[in-house]
Amino acid sequence: MQASLGRRAFLVCNYLFLTAAAAACLLPMLNVLAVSFSSSSAVSAGAVKLWPVGFTLKSYAFVVGKPEFGKAFLVSLARVAAGVPLNMLLTILVAYPLSKDRKQFRFRNFYAWYFVLTMLFSGGLIPWYMTIKMTGIIDSFWALILPGAVPIFNVILLLNFFKSLPEEIEEAAEMDGAGRWQALWRIAVPLSAPAVATLTLFSIVTHWNSWFEGLILMNSPSHYPLQSYLQTVIVGRDLSLLTSADIARWSEINDRTSKAAQVFVAMVPVLLVYPFLQKYFAEGIVMGSVKG
Amino acid sequence: MRRRSFRELPLHLMLLPGFALVFVYSYIPMAGILMAFERLVPSKGMFRSPWVGWKNFEYMLHLPGTMQVLWNTLFIAVMKMGAGIVVPVLFALLLNEARSRLFKRSIQTIIYFPHFLSWIILSGILVDILSPSTGIVNGALGLLGISPVYFLGDPHWFPFAMVVSDTWKEFGYGTIVYLAALTGISPSLYEAAAMDGAGRLRQTFSVTLPGLLPMIVLMSVLSLGNVLNAGFDQIYNLYSPQVYRTGDIIDTLVYRIGVENANYGVATAVGLFKSVVSFIMIGISYMLAYRLTNYRIF
Repeated sequence: MQASLGRRAFLVCNYLFLTAAAAACLLPMLNVLAVSFSSSSAVSAGAVKLWPVGFTLKSYAFVVGKPEFGKAFLVSLARVAAGVPLNMLLTILVAYPLSKDRKQFRFRNFYAWYFVLTMLFSGGLIPWYMTIKMTGIIDSFWALILPGAVPIFNVILLLNFFKSLPEEIEEAAEMDGAGRWQALWRIAVPLSAPAVATLTLFSIVTHWNSWFEGLILMNSPSHYPLQSYLQTVIVGRDLSLLTSADIARWSEINDRTSKAAQVFVAMVPVLLVYPFLQKYFAEGIVMGSVKG
Repeated sequence: MRRRSFRELPLHLMLLPGFALVFVYSYIPMAGILMAFERLVPSKGMFRSPWVGWKNFEYMLHLPGTMQVLWNTLFIAVMKMGAGIVVPVLFALLLNEARSRLFKRSIQTIIYFPHFLSWIILSGILVDILSPSTGIVNGALGLLGISPVYFLGDPHWFPFAMVVSDTWKEFGYGTIVYLAALTGISPSLYEAAAMDGAGRLRQTFSVTLPGLLPMIVLMSVLSLGNVLNAGFDQIYNLYSPQVYRTGDIIDTLVYRIGVENANYGVATAVGLFKSVVSFIMIGISYMLAYRLTNYRIF
């Protein structure tokens, strides 16, 4: 079938428009990457667009040579290494009982509301801070992991996935003498591999990206995870102390290249997990929102 | 009956660790709401500080900027909600028209990406590209003969910069559910429409959009609960005193009152106000979502 002229014109425009939109998502990153590899004089002259001018690794040498940066990077890695398994363990352990119906688990609705209510209502920033302080984990690594240990949103995604598994398999296993724990770990979890993978990747990204807890729950900057450290370096915490003239200058001063390099290094882990993420997450999101 | 309780025991045990952690870190803070009604004296602690009744709320209402902050919050949040529906729907429709699978996949991969970066990273990038003198955005505007705009430092432009940059970060991600909904529309509907002489445009309006409508309704309704969430991460990292007038939102105000000025009672009162309104909005939106589209969270 020969497409009409109008149709072909539309297709061309559509392809161009979509390409432009994708470029709008990519070019800012490329610009910062180019700045990070450029000489500071070229950057301050405003000569750098999407390709490095006066290629140099100076800013990366500066970043790598900064002990605070390396330290914060390690804190973030440790946070992911400890926080993600804990998140996943708790997500699975909470989601499985909640995926049973009232007939199989009489207290199911009580527990379900107990968890969901925390998603709808919270005490707010100050009471949250004081509670964490009260439990004595302020300024310790645990403060980055324990308060958010049960990601309720992920629990809901996984419980809906568990619910969609055919009941007969578990019943058969029960006939063969499997208990609840075995049914969970040997049947429900392996069958939910795509969902578990999606949530693991969500959890990695969440831990890697979060900055606020680090910033306010850690007293000493040497305990900051990377994003919190970058927050102080790139955004600057005492904006309130700056005058407007300072702020105008602040966006111009030539630690631009070093900031760009730090931004890029902090992006690298996301760039590394993204290809794996990409395969699963469309399914993950759809599973969470489209089900009827 | 005994037997049944025994059989349910493992399920209780599974829930125990999560239950305990949520109790400590979510329910105990809810008790901390009491602070909204007292003048907290740190040495006396939460339970022995003097009660002040609604004083903290009155104080908050009489602050000169309160109404402005509420307005800013609603303005930014509602614009983000609107753009967050319209742009992804538009993109899903346009992507759906592209025939090449490889092209579609590549575009999707690229537009999802910004969602996975933190606002810290993105604010580093945005401050750089939006800079009035050296940023590429103003460079591009310059080529069109437009004089530099200080997007992040001009109170007039700041809210729009927030809406546009948030939409830029999230539209790809938002597109996913609509693309999934599109695959659920039966091809026979298109064939029938084509038989009746409908062109592509006609098909889009008569088949595709009605097919997407339930999902659009669902997403719009669910977003209602966010009407007081204008985006703390984004705004806190991009604003500055010169744009407080239009850029200050409830969450940033709570942070400044509570953390920077250590005025815990007032900050908790403002936070409580926000939590209660959000709670009501979420309740309404879930009820509407259930009525309109049969949606349930679980």
